[in-house]
Amino acid sequence: MSKEELKAYLEVNFPTCKFEDTIDFPVVIVEQGQLLSLLKSLREAPSTDFDLLFCQTAVDYKTRFEVIYHLSSTTFRHDLVVKVLLDDREHPELESIFSIWKAAELFENEIFDLFGIRFLNHPNLRRIILGDEWQGYPLRKDYTDANILIP
Amino acid sequence: MEIPKQLIPLEDTPGEFVINVGPQHPSTHGVLHLRIKLDGEKILEIEPHLGYIHRGIEKISESLGYRQSIYLTSRMDYLSAHMNNQACSLLVEKGLQIEVPDRAKAIRILMVELQRLASHQLWWGSAGLDMGAVSPFFFAFREREQILEIFEETCGTRLTMNYITPGGVMNDLHPDFVKKVKALIKQFKVNIHEYDKLLTGNIIFQKRTQNVGFLPRDLAISLGASGPVARASGISCDIRKLHPYDGYEKLDFSEIVMDKGDSFTRYLVRIEEMKQSMHIIDQLIDNIPEGDYRARVKGIIRLPEGEYYQRVETARGELGVFVVSDGNKTPYRIKYRTPNFSNLGALQYIAKDSKIGDLVAIMATLDLIIPDIDR
Repeated sequence: MSKEELKAYLEVNFPTCKFEDTIDFPVVIVEQGQLLSLLKSLREAPSTDFDLLFCQTAVDYKTRFEVIYHLSSTTFRHDLVVKVLLDDREHPELESIFSIWKAAELFENEIFDLFGIRFLNHPNLRRIILGDEWQGYPLRKDYTDANILIP
Repeated sequence: MEIPKQLIPLEDTPGEFVINVGPQHPSTHGVLHLRIKLDGEKILEIEPHLGYIHRGIEKISESLGYRQSIYLTSRMDYLSAHMNNQACSLLVEKGLQIEVPDRAKAIRILMVELQRLASHQLWWGSAGLDMGAVSPFFFAFREREQILEIFEETCGTRLTMNYITPGGVMNDLHPDFVKKVKALIKQFKVNIHEYDKLLTGNIIFQKRTQNVGFLPRDLAISLGASGPVARASGISCDIRKLHPYDGYEKLDFSEIVMDKGDSFTRYLVRIEEMKQSMHIIDQLIDNIPEGDYRARVKGIIRLPEGEYYQRVETARGELGVFVVSDGNKTPYRIKYRTPNFSNLGALQYIAKDSKIGDLVAIMATLDLIIPDIDR
């Protein structure tokens, strides 16, 4: 589907979502509660068939987190970005999408390690890069390296 | 001593035990730490532990300008330094809508394909070494050395080139470049048959890699694998074909896709890719357009507010650069989606239920570069 067709399809099927555009991809902004059902439908519907999660990351906007999913389809070759906003900075939590794409396991481990966003129902959530002893989450904007460095 | 909770718990089942491979194991080609749960010789579970060379490149880049952060990318996948630089440069050019001169585009493709050759040659040598064949290593370094010499003449360095910059390339080509590349390609077309004699047709190598380490197509897609690893499982995923950049659309080359998905197929894909790279270089080396080698770009780059994503095909797969810009001279957030990070995810599925001895063969054909995983 082209960018416009994809947008039209999503507007019909997910009327509560918001839409944006970047220079590269169409963007869907989804509520936290709807995330899993939206992604599942994008993965399973034969007309969208997003079978490839090629990037998953997060951005810290100081008042909120954004978790960003870059999706693609190996049959139709269309791309889509799905964003979900997390307002809770103290205990950010989100449903894991490991059940839909296995690629999410390492991506979510990395986001948990560097942003401190906890993923529910993740098969093995751990601090994959820095280790359990590390204090703080480096990619947050309020992180300072005054924390004690443990070798 | 209390066992930290991220480790696989040691269970008291007879026959099952946990071993550590790395972080200093020769077959990991860097500091990768694998905790492996075994039943006798059979692998039950693999848990990768990363971060031994985590330098926080994404965090550092948030306080560096767009030009400066490109220098760090040469240190991610150090065997694909040109491609990493190219990805960042293309992203900046897209954001500022800079038209790159034709000469610069041709030089970029030549450099990138030479880099792909050098990277696959090193992989070929070390793959042989991993399986106990020492001579391939010396044969591989014979050619790779020539390519690095060519790089050194034009770019000034052999490994961390930083040659491709926003707007074009850093310097013009060295006067001997064309002559040396032609001689190199002519020689390598003869020498690549030695590669076949030494390893491809070697019965010991074949027995070690054939029907070992299967990666099925569906699983490879679900894991987000890319590059030769995915193409050996029948997925067409060459970014040079799917989303052409820098003039790849004008060149004649084919994407190597094979569908068996075992270690030996991953080996064959890379051997064929070397031939395609030489084919690309052949088309360009006599047709480098005259003109500028760099477009004029301001010293301090400010990308317009927004989000940008640029992908290129490195020697190991798809490298994606994701930038969130707030209009300042430093990126607000930069994320490198590196091919090795996603390909590492495949390891635990490929190696499950195979013998511990085959792990080395599987890791050799996955061709993991650890600094690219850790960043």
